[in-house]
Amino acid sequence: MTVAFDEMTGNDGALRPSYTELKRWLDEIRPDVLDYRRREAELLFRRIGITFAVYGDADSTERLIPFDVIPRILSSKEWDLVRRGLEQRTKAINAYIRDVYGRREILRAGIVPEDLVFQNPVFRPEMNGQKVPHDIYVHIAGIDIVRVDSDTFYVLEDNARTPSGVSYMLENREIMLRLFPELFSRHRVAPVENYPDELLATLKSVAPTTSSADPTVVLLTPGVYNSAYYEHSFLADKLGVELVEGRDLLVKSEVVYMRTTEGLKRVDVIYRRIDDDFLDPLAFRPDSALGVPGIMSAYQAGQVTLANAVGTGIADDKAVYSYMPDVVKFYLGEEPILKNVPTWRCREEEHLSYVLDHIEELVVKEVHGSGGYGMLIGPKADKNAISIFRSKLKTDPKNFIAQPTLALSTCPTCVEEGVAPRHVDLRPFVLTGRDRIRIVPGGLTRVALKKGSLVVNSSQGGGTKDTWVLDS
Amino acid sequence: MLSRTADNLYWLSRYVERAEYLARILEATQRLTALPIAYGGSSNEWESAVATAGCTNAFFAHYGEANEENVTDFLAFSTANPSSIRNCFEIARTNARAVRTALTMEMWDAINGTWLELKRYGNGPTSREEFMRFLRWVQESSLRFDGSAYRTMLRNDAYWFSRLGLYSERADNTARILDVKYHVLLPANEMVGGPLDYFQWSAILRSVSALTAYHWVYRESLKPWLIADLLMLNDQMPRSLASCYENLVRYLDDIANAYGRQGPAQRQARSIRTRLENSRIDEIFQRGLHEFIGGFIADNNRLGAAITDQYLV
Repeated sequence: MTVAFDEMTGNDGALRPSYTELKRWLDEIRPDVLDYRRREAELLFRRIGITFAVYGDADSTERLIPFDVIPRILSSKEWDLVRRGLEQRTKAINAYIRDVYGRREILRAGIVPEDLVFQNPVFRPEMNGQKVPHDIYVHIAGIDIVRVDSDTFYVLEDNARTPSGVSYMLENREIMLRLFPELFSRHRVAPVENYPDELLATLKSVAPTTSSADPTVVLLTPGVYNSAYYEHSFLADKLGVELVEGRDLLVKSEVVYMRTTEGLKRVDVIYRRIDDDFLDPLAFRPDSALGVPGIMSAYQAGQVTLANAVGTGIADDKAVYSYMPDVVKFYLGEEPILKNVPTWRCREEEHLSYVLDHIEELVVKEVHGSGGYGMLIGPKADKNAISIFRSKLKTDPKNFIAQPTLALSTCPTCVEEGVAPRHVDLRPFVLTGRDRIRIVPGGLTRVALKKGSLVVNSSQGGGTKDTWVLDS
Repeated sequence: MLSRTADNLYWLSRYVERAEYLARILEATQRLTALPIAYGGSSNEWESAVATAGCTNAFFAHYGEANEENVTDFLAFSTANPSSIRNCFEIARTNARAVRTALTMEMWDAINGTWLELKRYGNGPTSREEFMRFLRWVQESSLRFDGSAYRTMLRNDAYWFSRLGLYSERADNTARILDVKYHVLLPANEMVGGPLDYFQWSAILRSVSALTAYHWVYRESLKPWLIADLLMLNDQMPRSLASCYENLVRYLDDIANAYGRQGPAQRQARSIRTRLENSRIDEIFQRGLHEFIGGFIADNNRLGAAITDQYLV
């Protein structure tokens, strides 16, 4: 495996310009001060109550995601490239979903295989031929990006359903501003605090045409037991909109209302953080107690906007992922600005035999898996695990893709033994409204705190960092 | 605002108030039982504490005997008692989490900080001294929460609903103390007189933190009918039934004005307040203290149900 690119010192150990001040600061600051600040940050997070739940972890229903106090820095030039790539990719994703539930040109052109769409459990036949307000499906996208050298950023994963993590982006920045004002004064860091305003503007812009001039937006949460509940309440608060649960809403004559102390009030836009499956017990899972009976009928009548739209999962599946460069070219006639990680589709025979031959070098992922589960990291796996995956691959090749083990870039990080490089990724958030696309500079940087680990997921011991985009 | 949010705010305040009340009862009982028998210390004070907390049946479903250890555990720390101090804070914090957006940072900090600190006390105190510190801490936590609400919340429906919860609970608590202790306030017992009743009376006042207030208001030694007057009809006394109802009427009116509509809750609250205003303590004693208080508790519950029907569902 090649040596990872370090964002502070590159491949050759020479200090990169955007990190000059940070390096100087790291050299100046006493380890005990840094440690003290680290503990202070943890205390702050705990007091704010910014926690997440790990399912199946009975012992601790609320846990903190470790926060690393050393920021990750991107120059304005680097960010510019990423930003343009994100805009392009999100446009293509929206065009793709619209097409799949509409004219299906991309399927007829044979660019994406039909069975990949129609046999996908997240494909929603209810959306066929269904018009959505302003033709926008993915209003909020979280696109996971990794970096392998000074110029190359790959998209690792598209999240087009209910991407989470933006509260950490915002809280991380607040905490950093509180703990390290001096370090900020040495940099010109682009602010992220306008994200809630941008989100609200986006959501209001996509209200149904039948709604009033000042549409009512709500955030729909599955409730306090959801692992991202903190984020839901945090965002509702920043947006200044009601945080509703399914039982707070009801549908009458295809209009959605919320129950208030003053009676029923019409709802126009629902930023829903609840999966398609649970949205409407009449349309989807009948056992869902989290949803709102009849909400799909209101949606289909064009009386309410759901953000994101129903059925967007067809665009962020790991199997579809490998076709994304072609999707970009098909709809926009442009070369993708952000590349995909080279991906073998095990559904194709040649690819499968390559994967079986090189399994020790590859990362094999389940097409529908998420959160770092259901995957095999070839170079780290023992013989037993490999043979299990081999037979899985042979029985159900369609269910898998494989990618080379990437040397994800590293950033200086506070760990037990001091400051050391750790692998990172980046999740920026892309907002698509009727008027334009909005992206707040930066995003959520996740860091694998274990030495050598490439798994950044918070459910598996990953942490987060503040992400600084320097103003030029 | 969402009905569910109003409901959560209402119960959040109720539970914090209840935790404080339980701490006061335990503190007063602890004091009373520390006295020599001749001064009113008696073994059934713990049973009386359970009755004052309104959970006699639940208690005896878990314990055979109402002694210090069992009652302390049940009222303060037990997870089996839905209204133990621990569960009150636990439920309050769950409610607070569900309505984070309706709370100010200071309120959240107060309740979340309390919840975090609660873990420090584990499954109970190791000594009486520690237990007393715990009871002080409970009262301070409640004061902090209430103070944060008072000083930081916008004066809108969120504030008003949280006040309704507080005063409904407080009225219920004061009435319960009177309900359990009414016999020591009755004239028959006054004839017996003596130190036993004196310390019982002061314990009643202490459990509603009114001992000093009593002396300022009446400038007399403890007299049972004056204690009853203070706790029921004196609107200067913040825990009296009259004062609670003055507040309930006021906040219900605020809500009605903001929403442009009066309803059953407003009418009921006003009628209870009028009854308190028109009552004199000697008449109440004549007609039956116990009956009056029993009637009040039932009325107060009915008002709670009316508030729920009108706004919270």
